Amino acid sequence: MTELLQTLTTTIAVGSLYALLALGYTLVYGVLKFINFAHSDIFVLGAWTTFTAANVLTDRLGINPTQSPWWGAVLILLLTIAVCATVGYLIERFAYRPLRKAPRLNVLITAIGVSLLLQNLGQLNGRVTVATDKDGRPTATLPFGSTPRSMPPLLPDLVLNETVLSQGTLAGGTQRGLVKLDQPLTMLDGRTYRIEFTRTADGQPRREVLALTATAGTFPPGTDLATQPRRSPAEVDGLPYSLIRSPRVPIMLVDVVIVAVAITLMLGLEFLVFRTRLGRAMRALSFNIENAALMGINVNAVISFTFVLGTALAAAAAFLYPLKYPGLNQPAHQIWVLLGLKAFIAAVVGGIGNIRGAVLGGFLIAGIEFFGTLYGDKLFISLGARPGLGTSLADVYVFSILILVLLVKPNGLLGSPVKEKV
Amino acid sequence: MPSALDATTNAQLRRPNLPLITLPWLACALLGLAMLMLGRFLGSYQETLMQQVGIFAIAAVSLNIVNGLAGQFSMGHAGFMAVGAYVAAATTYYGSLLHFNTAELQPGLFNFGHVLMLIGLLAGALVAAALGYLVGLPSLRLRGDYLAIVTLGFGEIVRVLLQQTSPQVNGKDPAEIAAFTDAPLRTLARIPLNGALGFEGVPAYATNLWIWTFVGITCLAAYRIKESSSGRAFLSIREDEIAARAMGINLTKYKVRAFVLAAFFAGIAGGLLAHAGVTTSPIDAGFQRSFEIIIVVVLGGLGSISGAVLAAIVFVLLPQVLHPIKDYRLVIFALLLISMMLLRPKGLFGVREIWNILPRRAAHTKPGATP
Repeated sequence: MTELLQTLTTTIAVGSLYALLALGYTLVYGVLKFINFAHSDIFVLGAWTTFTAANVLTDRLGINPTQSPWWGAVLILLLTIAVCATVGYLIERFAYRPLRKAPRLNVLITAIGVSLLLQNLGQLNGRVTVATDKDGRPTATLPFGSTPRSMPPLLPDLVLNETVLSQGTLAGGTQRGLVKLDQPLTMLDGRTYRIEFTRTADGQPRREVLALTATAGTFPPGTDLATQPRRSPAEVDGLPYSLIRSPRVPIMLVDVVIVAVAITLMLGLEFLVFRTRLGRAMRALSFNIENAALMGINVNAVISFTFVLGTALAAAAAFLYPLKYPGLNQPAHQIWVLLGLKAFIAAVVGGIGNIRGAVLGGFLIAGIEFFGTLYGDKLFISLGARPGLGTSLADVYVFSILILVLLVKPNGLLGSPVKEKV
Repeated sequence: MPSALDATTNAQLRRPNLPLITLPWLACALLGLAMLMLGRFLGSYQETLMQQVGIFAIAAVSLNIVNGLAGQFSMGHAGFMAVGAYVAAATTYYGSLLHFNTAELQPGLFNFGHVLMLIGLLAGALVAAALGYLVGLPSLRLRGDYLAIVTLGFGEIVRVLLQQTSPQVNGKDPAEIAAFTDAPLRTLARIPLNGALGFEGVPAYATNLWIWTFVGITCLAAYRIKESSSGRAFLSIREDEIAARAMGINLTKYKVRAFVLAAFFAGIAGGLLAHAGVTTSPIDAGFQRSFEIIIVVVLGGLGSISGAVLAAIVFVLLPQVLHPIKDYRLVIFALLLISMMLLRPKGLFGVREIWNILPRRAAHTKPGATP
């Protein structure tokens, strides 16, 4: 049950990222009728822009986005969206627009070309250093990188649903250098507990985990905290502490932010597409470009706008992704292409060209990936395979679902059938 | 829908090409002779490059059958190649262990090791072709982009599955070899292909002579396919499926046939790669390799066999010639791909062959040739 709920939270968080990316694919497919293979590379560009901006913010400007100026993160989000949307516009204008009347195969090949171009430019530009650490080693490069990097935190590492069991003051023990809690505590269940205390160092209030034991805060059932080895009394004597019980299914602030931002953007998109004149123009284009042009719609402008909208959504996803997975791979790494592929599969499974379908598909694909990993491994072990086999086959499950859906319902779950005309 | 690829060429389809029946054979013979001599003049580095060119050429020509002629956009070609490579590698490696008790390269121009390689190539090509049949089936319901994604997915599935295989029998350890020769089937049932590390130590029987012989065979076969009734059917499917169906072409049959043929030759390319003295790794099944083959095919011209070979030569050798740009290789090829699509969408030669272009121009310039 615990595993199931944990997988569910991951699915919802990652699913909303897939959904954001899938929306980009579906929007472009809706009006232009081709897969924008460069979409995942726009996403990579966004992730590395976020990384670069975060480094500049923390290293150069000395702003810690996890602390007081909370708008630091918002600034990075807006910057990422601006960069990606600009690049997206340029791609549409100079690579795709001249091919609007060309066969789809040519556009597809161009899209692959753009994707390869972005990947390899990104790898090469990793040599341009923007920020360095104290020893002069580069911490950020323009605009991507060629080696894997780790993202500085933009959000505090908070678990939202943990319970504070007790608060008090640490009493300094004079004998044997022990620090005692002001009340005895006994752990009765198997959950994780940790103790936090507030300390004023270098003038700024900081929350910090007090490592009570060498094993940093995981206490088995029945542990009496009073018997655990302690820090030196001078260090923590008299500090207020709180004993916090971690939940069985932790809900991280990161996950909540991801889901909240994603859902806000999806609702905004829904409003834009179904309630505004511009949205009506987009829908008209996706129905029939020639007729839409006859009705006085500025086809080029609306297509450009749709493209920019799609890349902006990818940029938002690219901002959210490194919050959850701080390890960023080099731009041409297969993990990015796989991510883009999964999002595309989500769009296809939901019914490409259908906005709600893309969202549904995003959550569905994430579910298949994570629940497949959870239960696939158990299934394979029970069949006598070695542990870990079921986990490493996650991508296989996703592609199998794609093939299955395409064979059974070629237009996707929510897609409308397309009549073929001679 | 009007197509920029329309230039396919009624004129070309009707062209008689009698001298070409003999010309390719002659070319192959000359090429083979040249390769035999080449070993004496070239350093080992150049020889490796020639091997790469040849293998790339086979891969590109085979992809050209399905992408160029039949217009079914396959992005999992490296998957077929990898399947062929692994089957061939395993056949030769484990065959050598059983027969010679070692996986060392056996000296001589032709011995049982070469026989093993040929068996391996054939087996790899057949397994790849069988998979091509499986992958070709969905192409009946999927068009263009969807098919591209499914084939891309196929390549990725192959890669992931290959990464899960168990360690190979160490050909340098007599105890392991003895254990293997005692119960070969039990060992092989574990699928000992060395997982993510890549299959190593396959004796390098595929010299330039062998590789370029297969280049010749593949080009010839592809050319005969192109000029056969199947080739005509492929081209018509590529131009307009509905029209092709209206003309009585069995879409199912020909689409699957294109996939099977392409996969067969991709399997051979992979098998040769496995015997060229490099480690066969699951990464070879990934989309990066597939994309490289696509670049070559598109640059050479969708449907042009000689164009694919020429583009393969350019793709491998250009970065070597212009050494300073080596790092920018893929950037340059990506730009080439985009500009090619913008400026000359049908590729360097379109569906034509190199030799079709020159005399055609000459005919046009003849006085009185034009009505």
